[in-house]
Amino acid sequence: MEDRRRIWRTFRKNKIAVVGMALTVLIGLIAVLAPVISPYSPVEQDVLNQYDPPGGVHFFGTDNYGRDVMSRIIWASRVSLMVGFFSVLLGMTFGSIIGVIAGYSGGWIEGTLMRFVDIGLSFPTLVLGLVIMAVLGSGLDKLIIAIGVAMAPRFARIAHGPTLSIREESYIEAAKAVGARPTRILLRHIIPNILGEILVMATLWIATAIRIEANLSFIGLGVSPPTPSWGNMVRAGVNHLIMAPWLSLLPGAAILITVLSFNMIGDGIRDIADPRLQG
Amino acid sequence: MTSYIIRRLLVAIPTLLVVLTLVFLLVRVAPGDPATAVLGQQASREAIENLRTKMGLDKPLWKQYFDYLTGLVHGDLGKSLISRRPVGSQVLHALPFTLQLTITGVLLGSLLGIPLGILTAVHRNAMLDYLGRIFSLAGLSIPAFYLGILLMMAFSIQLSLLPTVGGGEQGDIVDLLYHLVLPGLTLGLIMTAYVTRMTRSSILNILNQDYVSTARSKGLAERIVIYKHVLKNALVPILSVLGVYSIVLIGSSVMTEIVFSRPGLGKLMVMAMKQRDYLMLQSLLTVYAGLVVIINLFTDLSYGMVDPRVRYE
Repeated sequence: MEDRRRIWRTFRKNKIAVVGMALTVLIGLIAVLAPVISPYSPVEQDVLNQYDPPGGVHFFGTDNYGRDVMSRIIWASRVSLMVGFFSVLLGMTFGSIIGVIAGYSGGWIEGTLMRFVDIGLSFPTLVLGLVIMAVLGSGLDKLIIAIGVAMAPRFARIAHGPTLSIREESYIEAAKAVGARPTRILLRHIIPNILGEILVMATLWIATAIRIEANLSFIGLGVSPPTPSWGNMVRAGVNHLIMAPWLSLLPGAAILITVLSFNMIGDGIRDIADPRLQG
Repeated sequence: MTSYIIRRLLVAIPTLLVVLTLVFLLVRVAPGDPATAVLGQQASREAIENLRTKMGLDKPLWKQYFDYLTGLVHGDLGKSLISRRPVGSQVLHALPFTLQLTITGVLLGSLLGIPLGILTAVHRNAMLDYLGRIFSLAGLSIPAFYLGILLMMAFSIQLSLLPTVGGGEQGDIVDLLYHLVLPGLTLGLIMTAYVTRMTRSSILNILNQDYVSTARSKGLAERIVIYKHVLKNALVPILSVLGVYSIVLIGSSVMTEIVFSRPGLGKLMVMAMKQRDYLMLQSLLTVYAGLVVIINLFTDLSYGMVDPRVRYE
């Protein structure tokens, strides 16, 4: 309890983190309330009102099909947040299991698993995501899988290190002596001890996951139109930069603000994880 | 040191071989057939089968793999399935565009980011520090393609100063630089954000050390404390991060090349992906993995230059 209060105090002292938290809550609310707050349908076309500049009836203007840009941006927040959370959850679970098993078992199992992890790490996460996406094909579920798998090696690396040192602790020795099975030791003794570190890492990676999703959608490998995602909206707008710059600029700003909010929270979490760097 | 470099490169060979094998298998389980991709869905079965034979796709998998490796040993990366041009020459043509871009990014990032990081750390919690931190968080958050579009809007569309697309003619330095400004700035600004952040935290870390307090209590000028005692010790962690982020930068360079239609490796890769050009894709990914090996090696070697205690054995 005392600990939790100290953590909260440290976090609150970082103004940047507090603003980030507030923004994130706001964006979360927008995503949840999309059906209520979006003024128009995100996919309904209106050929009489193509390229309406922002202002007036359409606050953020309309696109080349006459669709309301603001409604599309609001609905697209769901794609970004879903991919952000679920891909990190997948990458964290999958990666940590590999890292913990490798660290605990040692020997050839560790050697083999970590060799694959190193190979995964030798590609930028985006490039890895891109290749997996090309194999899987497009769609929301595939985006989550591709980004999750691409991030897994990073989590495996983080989980592997601490497992190595915990393995040597006397309480593990004791658990083995009373005949605890490896699965029990992993679940009851090792995972709870490294969970904190992994969760910190996971929060920091949500921002990256959202940015990778935007990148893949921008290339055309994410969710397919007409379902709006910020990345595919920017992509569609690029051809109209001179005539209708808002088509790219506004959804791009939505990506920037969302990723920035999560990174601002990350700034506060780093302070808690490493108090020397505080403030 | 030479033997160290040779050994590091030899160790990298098995890793690259595993990468190659994995990529070889991965691109072949991808849905979609390259022959169909070339001829279109309406093509007759016979035409598709003919093209598959021509592409060598009717051979058993192990034979394709064996042929590819044999070619590779002889320095032949095979022919693109789609354009039928040798992959090696296309990669060689694209490589300089990517290298020029990433090197500009790393240079710009270090030149701007290291001083900015020192400034924000030294003026910790002052206005300058807040601005610097917000700038670096923004740089960490902005997708390269969006920053590219913003710069393009400002400098190409509004001010008509710089070209929007293309990479320039290889060999014509002025033209190359002219086309490098905006993409280079895009990557450079992103790299600056990463470097600023990391320099700041390395310096803050060292400012807490006992030897810094000692230096100050001796009455040394703050400037000397920072440059002689703090910066020198911060350089190794800064360099190691510079290496790690150069790899991140390769990812961002893919996006930058796409936005600016720069004919580099990234653009080649996305095109190969869309056309299901297996051979091209597997070669490009191996080249990327090779670049990462080289960056890591350079990073490790640079430690010795800034810290004489580091020895290579």
